[in-house]
Amino acid sequence: MNAMLTIKDLHVSVDGKAILNGIDLTINAGEVHAIMGPNGSGKSTFSQVLAGREQFEVTHGSIHYADQDLLTLPPEDRARAGIFLAFQYPVEIPGVSNIYLLRTALNTIRKQRGETELDAMDFLTLVKERAALMRMDEDLLYRSVNTGFSGGEKKRNEILQLLLLEPRLAILDETDSGLDIDALQVVANGINSLRDNSRAFLLVTHYQRLLDYIKPDFVHVLTAGRLVKSGGPELALELEQRGYGWLEEATAGATP
Amino acid sequence: MSIPQPAYQETYLRLHGDLPGAGAAWMTHMRNSALSAFQQQGFPDTRVEAWKYTDLRSLGRHAFTPASDSGEITEAALEPWLFNHEPMHRLVFVDGRLALKLCPFQTLLSGAALTSLAAVLEQCPDELENLLGHTLDADRPGFDTMNTAFLQDGAYLKLERDAVLEQPVHLLFISTGQAERMTTVRNIITAGPGSSATVIESWVALGDAVSLTNTITEIVLAENASLQHYKLEQECDSATHIGGTYVRQQRDSRFTSHSITLGGQLVRNELDVNLAGRGAECALNGLTITHGRQHVDNNTRINHHQPYASSNEWYKGILDDRSRTVFSGRIVVHPDAQKTRAQQSNHSLLLSADAEADARPQFEIYADNVQCTHGCTVGALDADALFYLRTRALDSETARKLLVYAFAADVLERMRLEPVRRYLERQLAGRLAGSDALLQGTLLH
Repeated sequence: MNAMLTIKDLHVSVDGKAILNGIDLTINAGEVHAIMGPNGSGKSTFSQVLAGREQFEVTHGSIHYADQDLLTLPPEDRARAGIFLAFQYPVEIPGVSNIYLLRTALNTIRKQRGETELDAMDFLTLVKERAALMRMDEDLLYRSVNTGFSGGEKKRNEILQLLLLEPRLAILDETDSGLDIDALQVVANGINSLRDNSRAFLLVTHYQRLLDYIKPDFVHVLTAGRLVKSGGPELALELEQRGYGWLEEATAGATP
Repeated sequence: MSIPQPAYQETYLRLHGDLPGAGAAWMTHMRNSALSAFQQQGFPDTRVEAWKYTDLRSLGRHAFTPASDSGEITEAALEPWLFNHEPMHRLVFVDGRLALKLCPFQTLLSGAALTSLAAVLEQCPDELENLLGHTLDADRPGFDTMNTAFLQDGAYLKLERDAVLEQPVHLLFISTGQAERMTTVRNIITAGPGSSATVIESWVALGDAVSLTNTITEIVLAENASLQHYKLEQECDSATHIGGTYVRQQRDSRFTSHSITLGGQLVRNELDVNLAGRGAECALNGLTITHGRQHVDNNTRINHHQPYASSNEWYKGILDDRSRTVFSGRIVVHPDAQKTRAQQSNHSLLLSADAEADARPQFEIYADNVQCTHGCTVGALDADALFYLRTRALDSETARKLLVYAFAADVLERMRLEPVRRYLERQLAGRLAGSDALLQGTLLH
């Protein structure tokens, strides 16, 4: 069986500056991977490259999603193929209602999966049920996408989209940053409710705290654009205690 | 400081005996003085500050003449502009003259009169002697004097005290597309104390002839009167449209303007509001959507003369191809106008690297206890928003259209008149060809 995601020697530049310097990573269905790293290590660049951000230039290496060459697909095709990125900073879009975006996204993806599109009533029932799960004020559904939402509301809105779209591969870019503990639990419950053998998760995070609520199978440490160490959940605890300094020094020593 | 226009003298001498109001000495005098002032001024050139970004030299190369008779037009031809037959009090002007047979007979409420200005000038000109031209500013460079000299017709709407018009008044101006035709229109709206009405001006053209429209709408609102004014400019891409809307507001009156420009090669909209009474309010909204080589210049001036008045401007532009827009927003707060609130926003979205938007906010504040704010942006579509939508499975074309539509939508949302709002939503979606989904009540309203 092919892995769900296979990344080989991935190098990425942003505005001519090398940000990712050779990443190898394999993710199988059913697995939860966490990528941890200090600020500026390339975590967000990595997340956005997977989702298809065109401003980020892949200068070397490959990404395969099942047996598809992901780098040839525009962002919308990746979304339709079941890849979802929860943004670190969800974008405000004045004038476009949240519920319109949710319904358009869901129906586009359902069509792609060969399912029937949901009519307005069925969709409304579904979205209200999922919004309740996220303890989201229904009013937010009818407002402009993320516009004037608090930081916590934006993050819940991202996870609401995750729950509706039910992707095969979910990338969560610092979804836990800026959340208080109650909101973190709600968000974690939402994510956990989707965990099963057919799906994979990539949690990109700065804090070990999230991993108390979502137990990863693998933890990887990203510094200076490389995965310098991989391990099980215990690695996250070690990072919590020792910080990233020891890994950065070790890497700096090892690199010619 | 001008582009001389000697040819119009001869046109005037040939025609003035047939212009409406020729029997009234005051009117003839007003026209004659306006013509000599116009002969001295000519068209303003770009050294005139208020016309800095709008070059009229191409206009000077044509000899525009008024229609001696109006082109023929059938009732069926009006169909696209009737707002789905929503009931309205409608006057239809063809090539600048009232076309009686296209105006259904309607009864207004008592306390209101709606008629052709030419008819009033012929039958009872003295009624207009203290109205016509009274909102004009003699120091304004431009086309006012030319308008006064050549004015043919227009609408005269008079609301008595406390009259409330339930249905909107629709003034439909159609040009039949005869080449080098000059259409000169003057509308006069006078609203008595406590009265209220909605007036829509539609400017449309058949064919694509080079033409000049020169129109002025004078609006006088007595205390506590309320007027919603819509101006939809949709003439053809070779038309020049020079329009002035001059408003004088007394105490506690409310004026809302929606100025929408979709058509015209060269369009200048002057909008002057004089808040001459305490607590008067005005809201000026504008949306300009340009393509090709269109040039649209919105020039607004608000004078706060008295305390507790407020003004709120919200202008947006969407520019494609090599089109160009200018927004000048001058707000003067006079020494007596304490507690003034004035807000001005002007945002332009550039869809092409060759488009150009110029913005000139100008505040002159002579009172010390006021709140004045302004914001101005010019930019391309937000790349982060585009990426976000695409990661939610929307293809790039749909995402782009959605963002353009959303940019314009908040101007349309400010319109109370649903038939007009729906009509403009369709026009906008048409411009963003193929965006059917956008029409299905998908956005915010």
